[in-house]
This record gives sequence, C-alpha cells and structure tokens, in this order.
Amino acid sequence: MTAPTLSSSAAPQGGARQPWGGPAAAGSGQPLVIQAKGLVKRYGQVTALDGADFELRAGEILAVIGDNGAGKSSLIKALSGATIPDEGQIFLDGQPIRFKSPIDARRAGIETVYQDLAVAPAMTIAENLFLGREILRPGFLGRVLRMMDKKKMLSESISRMNDLKVGIRSMTQAVETLSGGQRQCVAVARAAAFAQHVVIMDEPTAALGVKEGNMVLELIRRVRDKGLPVILISHNMPHVFEIADRIHIARLGKRAAVVNPKVISMSDTVAVMTGAKLAEELPAEALA
Amino acid sequence: MKAKLPPMGTLGPFIALLLACAFFATQSDRFLTLQNFSLILQQVMVVGTIAIGQTLIILTAGIDLSCGMIMALGSIVMTKMAADFGLSAPVAIALGIGATALFGLVNGLLVTKAKLPPFIVTLGTLNIAFAITQLYSGSQTITDIPEGMNWLGQSLRIGGTNVLYGVILMLVLYLVTWLALRETAPGRHIYAVGNSPEATRLTGISTDKVLLGVYVAAGVFYGIASMLSVARIGAGDPNAGQTENLDAITAVVLGGTSLFGGRGILIGTLVGALIVGVFRNGLTLMGVSSVYQILVTGILVILAVATDQMSRKGVR
Repeated sequence: MTAPTLSSSAAPQGGARQPWGGPAAAGSGQPLVIQAKGLVKRYGQVTALDGADFELRAGEILAVIGDNGAGKSSLIKALSGATIPDEGQIFLDGQPIRFKSPIDARRAGIETVYQDLAVAPAMTIAENLFLGREILRPGFLGRVLRMMDKKKMLSESISRMNDLKVGIRSMTQAVETLSGGQRQCVAVARAAAFAQHVVIMDEPTAALGVKEGNMVLELIRRVRDKGLPVILISHNMPHVFEIADRIHIARLGKRAAVVNPKVISMSDTVAVMTGAKLAEELPAEALA
Repeated sequence: MKAKLPPMGTLGPFIALLLACAFFATQSDRFLTLQNFSLILQQVMVVGTIAIGQTLIILTAGIDLSCGMIMALGSIVMTKMAADFGLSAPVAIALGIGATALFGLVNGLLVTKAKLPPFIVTLGTLNIAFAITQLYSGSQTITDIPEGMNWLGQSLRIGGTNVLYGVILMLVLYLVTWLALRETAPGRHIYAVGNSPEATRLTGISTDKVLLGVYVAAGVFYGIASMLSVARIGAGDPNAGQTENLDAITAVVLGGTSLFGGRGILIGTLVGALIVGVFRNGLTLMGVSSVYQILVTGILVILAVATDQMSRKGVR
C-alpha cells in the first residue's frame, strides 16, 4: 500500500510548510494563479469545451456559472485533473501543466471539494482531515510499521479548524454526528489545509439549508482571506453575488464574459449566461 | 476525551457474552470451570483466527463465503506436502499458507479488477476451493504428518489449567491486528474504504490496493487457521472448515462489525467467536442435540444483523 510520502512533507512542523500565503487582497493587480487558453474537449459528437479561456487571480473568489451544457463542469474537470482536454494549455503559476488524474492536481496543490462524497461518515473529524495524508510517527514505527502520530494529528486538526474558525468542539467525534453544513465545513477545511495553490469547490452549498449554507460561505471567505484563491462553482446566484470577487460566465463551451458582481446586476448576469445579452452590450465597468 | 463510555455497539457483544455465560452457569455446574473455559478457547481457536480475516473483509463492505474452504485447502496442502515430499513442518506450513494467500489474491483480483461483487466471487471460490481440496486429497484424511505440525496443539499450564500454544497464537494475532487497524495509516484506510470508497479514492488512496491487501491478508489468516486446525486434529482433514465457514461470519456480525462496512472493532469479533463457542459448549453440556445448536446460531445471527440495521438507522 503506497500512501503518499508524507512522513516529511505532510508533517507541518512549526512553520516548515505554510500553505497559506497570508492575507491578500483580490484585484486586477494580482498575478494569475491558474490560466487556461483555448481548452477544447470533445465527447464524440458533442463539443463540451470549444476554446475556453480561464483566469484565476491570486487571493480571489472566482465564481464559475453557466447553464447546463455550457461547459462549466468540463472546464472544472480539466482544471482539477478529472479529464484531460483535447487541446489547449493550462498554466499554474505561469508554468504549463498537464494533469492525468485528480491525484496529479492534488500533488500540484489544487484541492477540490465535491458536493457530497467528500467524507467518511463513521470516521472522526481528525481522521477525515488527514485521510490519505496521515502524519506518521518518526523512525521505524512510522516508516516501516506506518503507525500514525495520533496526538499530532489531533492537535493539528484543532489548530487548523480554529484557524478557520470552524466551531466544532471535538475532533474525535464521528463526522456522521455533524450537521450537513458542519460536514461540508470539514471538507472545505481539509482542502484549505492542504492546498498549496487553489481550492476548487463544486456546488458546496447545494445540499444545505439557508443557515448551513451561510456557514459554509463564511468559511469560504475565510479561506480566501488566508490568501488561497477559490474557484466556486454554483447555481445559487444570491450566493455567487454575496461571495464572489469576479464571476466567470461559461456559455457554449467558451468564456462569455468575466463580470464584476459589485457593478453588474443579477439579471444582466443571467442574461449573458443565457445568451439574451452579449458581453459587448455590457458597460465596460461591469467587466472584470 | 479519553474517558468516554464506549458506544453500545462495542459493549453489546460483551454483555451478550456475559449473559450467555451466566445462563449456562445456572444450567450446568461443569460450565463455570477453568478446564471448560480452556476447552471453549480450544474450540474457538480455528474459527477465531479465520474470523480475523473475515473481519478485515467485512470492514471493507465485502464478505468472504469461501473462508472455511480455503482454510481446509491450506490444511490439505501443508499436510500433503509433508506427507508426499517429506518436507519439514515449517516449509510445508509455509507452502500451505502460500496456497491460502494465493486464493485470497484470486478473490481480491476478481473483486478489484473484474469488479465483481464479493458475495458472488467468494461463492464461486468456495466451491472451487472445496473441489480442489477433495481432488487433491482424494477425499482422504492425511494423518502421516511430521511431529512439528502438532506443536501448536500442545498445551502450556497456566495457573492450573491447560492453554494451547495455538490459543495463545490466536490471542496474539487479535492483539496485533487490532493495533494495526487502530494505529496505522493502512489500518484506517481499510475503514475508510468500507465507509465511502468514493471519498477514499478522492483523497488519493488507491482503494484497489487496500482491497487487494485485505483479501491477501485474509488468506494468510486462513492459512494460519489451517495450521491451527492441523495441530488440533493432528491430521489434514479435507472436510474441515464446513462449520467454520459460516461461524466465522457469525462471529464477526455478533461482534458488532457492520455488514455494510466501515464500522466495527476487531476485539468484538473475538467476543463474537466466544459467544458462538459458549453457546455450542453450553448447549452440549446441557445435553441439547447439535441440531438445536445450529438453530440457536442461526437465531443469533439474525438478531445481530437486526441490531446492526437498527443502529444504522439511528445515525442516518
């Protein structure tokens, strides 16, 4: 059983590895973290991506919206390594990259939070946070017997959850004892804790009630404030407008526009999404 | 947070064992003696060892119907190797365990690579292992075995009672495997696969490797059980393993491990195996015919599965 080599890299010993670059303000002056140019993905006769471009800036929450079949999920799959685009290029911090699997993307520092599926219900919060990246004991016990350093995993869990102000008291309680929103917070916190570059969230609030959804939104904002850029895929327009710094609108396998939610109205955004309005018809300040 | 009471799922089997003991103690004055407990442990030794492997598989949400037959095959391979080729006991035993591990590997490959359900795979290998055992042994018991193979069937006197070396070996295996499941990363991955294979895969763990490892490890435990069986009977018996086959699953379920995977504690399986052993032994002491013992075992399994189902509903 080959677990990732975590004895050194996944053991965050006092600042040896700090995934969060510190607070950063979103804005156009920020460098590009992920850039994609001319992505094409065909499934038989269907062209899911038809030369799509994509840009994610440092320290921002970029919402990705689009109708069904707009190429939104194909785009995200390409960025998270779940599919390999037929054409086009992806750059991470300016370096061209090619992911063959989600595992590759994870190794490159891109973590994805999935809508459900994300946690092992009967296992504890601490175990879930470190699943597949357990902190092992030093020496023979860890390297050969693969024994975990449970104390350290527990204290790390507490400090990471505190960092993100997730108000869950006991890290040794099973995830299934949590509410849906708290579970999603565990998944988000795990991604945020291990992502070096980017967190991708696929409909993180879709299955949640209003209060629980807000709890997750708050957490996403804190992840951004820690300096990690977030790509948020969501159908929920109020959520998108509440939290996004910029909105990427996917349409017909391309990028129709990137808009500024502080300027543009929700109805104009939907109009671009459905094709009722072209990006050129929008006022210049609405574009981001 | 250490001083928490274990949940009912952990205590339940233990309470059931105590109640069963209390009941049989009132029914027979021979029940509550050290010799009798030593006998129960001897009777539980083989099925208890098989049940360790079975627990690992059930934790991954699988099941192994072939466990007892693989154990029988292992005992025939090791005794035939010694009898036919004059191999020394350790070499013959190693070959027998190799054969059971190979069968575990076949089960594992069919489950992971051919993506067949474990129930069907092991229903097939149950019959295949039985047939190979009968063909290879010519349906004959192999009694011409080297002295070294009996060693684990010898006993050690501890505090006025005899304890078989094999029983000690079984208890050590339980302890080591329990610790491995609790304290090591691969141990936790077994639980994770049973909990949610999809979530586990997405964290970068190779679920196929975990499953393959589990089926091969189970095969090794069955091989060790073969060795214990040979030591206890003093022969290679092609018809061994037939009651152990279902008793092992019974022990796991009575021990509180969920058939849906991902939940359970290995020590519970030991308690489950003891429950089966205590019932068999107690009913025998009461002079109840063996058919009723099978009846009672059947009822116990259904009760245990029903409890499992109900407790799952409680937590969603």
